[in-house]
Amino acid sequence: MAEKKVRTETATADALPRSAETALLKPWDTQKPRVSVAKAYKMFVNGAFVRSESGRYFQVKGQKEKDDAVVVDVDPDPETVNIPRGSRKDVRDAVLAAKNALGGWQKRTAFNRSQILYRLAEVMESRKAELVQSLVRSGVPDVAAVREVEASIDRAVFYAGFADKYFSLLASQNPVAGPHFTFSIPEPMGVIGVVAPERPSLLGLVSTVLPVVTGGNTCVALASTTDPRTAILWSECIATSDMPGGVVNVLTGFPKELCPPLAKHREVIGIDAWLVDADLRKAIETDGADNVKRVKTHVPMDIEAWLDERKGQGLGWIERFLETKTVWHPVGV
Amino acid sequence: MPSLAIVERGRVSLAYVTHENQSANGNGAIFRAGTPQRGGRITLFEPPPVDAVAVEERAAALGKRSIKKSAKVAGLKLAVAMMDLTTLEGKDTPGKVRQMCQKALRPLEGDDTIGPCAAVCVYPNLVPVAKAALAGSSVKVASVATAFPSGQSPLSVKLEDTRRAVELGADEIDMVIDRGAMLAGDYAKVFDEIAATKEACGQAHLKVILETGELGSYDVVRKASELAIAAGADFIKTSTGKIQPAATPAVTLVMLEAIRDHYYATGRRIGMKPAGGVRTAKQCLQYLVLVKETLGDAWLTPDLFRFGASALLNDVLMQLEKERTGSYQASDDFSKD
Repeated sequence: MAEKKVRTETATADALPRSAETALLKPWDTQKPRVSVAKAYKMFVNGAFVRSESGRYFQVKGQKEKDDAVVVDVDPDPETVNIPRGSRKDVRDAVLAAKNALGGWQKRTAFNRSQILYRLAEVMESRKAELVQSLVRSGVPDVAAVREVEASIDRAVFYAGFADKYFSLLASQNPVAGPHFTFSIPEPMGVIGVVAPERPSLLGLVSTVLPVVTGGNTCVALASTTDPRTAILWSECIATSDMPGGVVNVLTGFPKELCPPLAKHREVIGIDAWLVDADLRKAIETDGADNVKRVKTHVPMDIEAWLDERKGQGLGWIERFLETKTVWHPVGV
Repeated sequence: MPSLAIVERGRVSLAYVTHENQSANGNGAIFRAGTPQRGGRITLFEPPPVDAVAVEERAAALGKRSIKKSAKVAGLKLAVAMMDLTTLEGKDTPGKVRQMCQKALRPLEGDDTIGPCAAVCVYPNLVPVAKAALAGSSVKVASVATAFPSGQSPLSVKLEDTRRAVELGADEIDMVIDRGAMLAGDYAKVFDEIAATKEACGQAHLKVILETGELGSYDVVRKASELAIAAGADFIKTSTGKIQPAATPAVTLVMLEAIRDHYYATGRRIGMKPAGGVRTAKQCLQYLVLVKETLGDAWLTPDLFRFGASALLNDVLMQLEKERTGSYQASDDFSKD
């Protein structure tokens, strides 16, 4: 550090006379080596990027891109990335944030939710190169990474379009015997916990989180452990997309540690978990029974299925975390 | 310096009161309230200046203690027993007050080791309802009086308000000081009103609300605390709950120190009640730490320390249930009183 300082001073002294104006007149030294600013990867809770309450980190191994690749995100050491290791209390904080965001998000008009989701797609599109690079660094081949990011953006557009249409498709007027008619109206359930699949790390997260929030729920998502960095990058897209803070919260860490408090938390009313570990799936189902959560556990699909527009998205995905309210109304009185 | 007030036949004399900020009201170092009684003692209000940075620092430092497991449970149960469940809204109905009283009697259905709360705090009109609902229990009925929350009414109205509330059955009276007079430097008026209200209370306990959010600085808070204590307050209380900021750890610490200094000088124990702004179980444990560190264990009783709150109780109950069951609770599972 000291050495560097000496060097700069000498350079300035050689170029210009010492005077008070030197600093302003100093020509821009394009040759000067610069220390790039490394990004601290953080979890996304309540619209802010936070470290784990526990202060713990875990390391994720990455690959350096090929020499001829265009690098958009200059990470000094892409081969080892420090990611916050979320704890039980991070789950608690995230659930509280999601709970507090619920009222405002539900009250927004469907059209406004649609606009916000579309805005998310816009932001993802503008940061496409960065998202692709992050996937490549996590070990996804170039072509597959581009495909995954494009599918993710399309998925955001898909749910943006659906945000003000699912209601008409799921609501109904029902014939009943007697002098009544009834309406069935879909309503959001509340705070939903999402455990995203390990792979595809971006498309899997996007495909599980977006239908949940499209329906007016808020969510606490647990990102893929093998590639949490892409999830954090995606959180940065959400942060700049007009999405109110707390609607989507993204935690990083180990599912074994974070799933039990999420499943036991009585404020969480539904869980969508994509896990290979059968014991963990079972544990989530058991813990979730305490407050009769709607627990959906799945064995993760293969990547082709996630990319498939008939399997990886759809009205059914939104419907899974909606409750139907039926209102009876007298007629002919 | 210790403060002493002489209350004789309900008439309070207060002479040679010095004001540390002499330029504030321009009337010099000495001003008088009433006529000095013959043989009366000289009272000097010279509260030490409050170091705002140090107070905030200390309050923040004491808020960093980690209180876990059994100590946490004990602390939270104590906090429930210290709580004045409060509803002070224009829309209060007898039904709502009855419901709140039930909650005060048994905060958590299914666990009778929790509670009851110390008191319920209502407007005078609802005192009889609360009194009936709490008959035969240890839960006290507190009523606000003296033109709550502004205190901007003639003294006669304030005293009448107080007497009525006591007649209606209030065990405790929460009065507000005249903040306008306090800020204008008319300490004598503030003092006399508190002393007169104390007399009007009779047997009822008097809590004096300083409304610290309107007093402007810790120095004024300290001075108001000493005035209220000297004028006969049984408790001093931070806020009405109608003004932000309400209770903060720092302002509570300033008031606790006034209580401590009064205790050292006279041996008399004054109670403290932070109200408004205490919303979470964590905060209320921090307040208990403040009390223990400033005043000691003797104050860790509902007789000398209270929380004025409405939203706090449910959060405390949620934390207690979390400790019991091991899983985080949903706010919808607890009754909104």
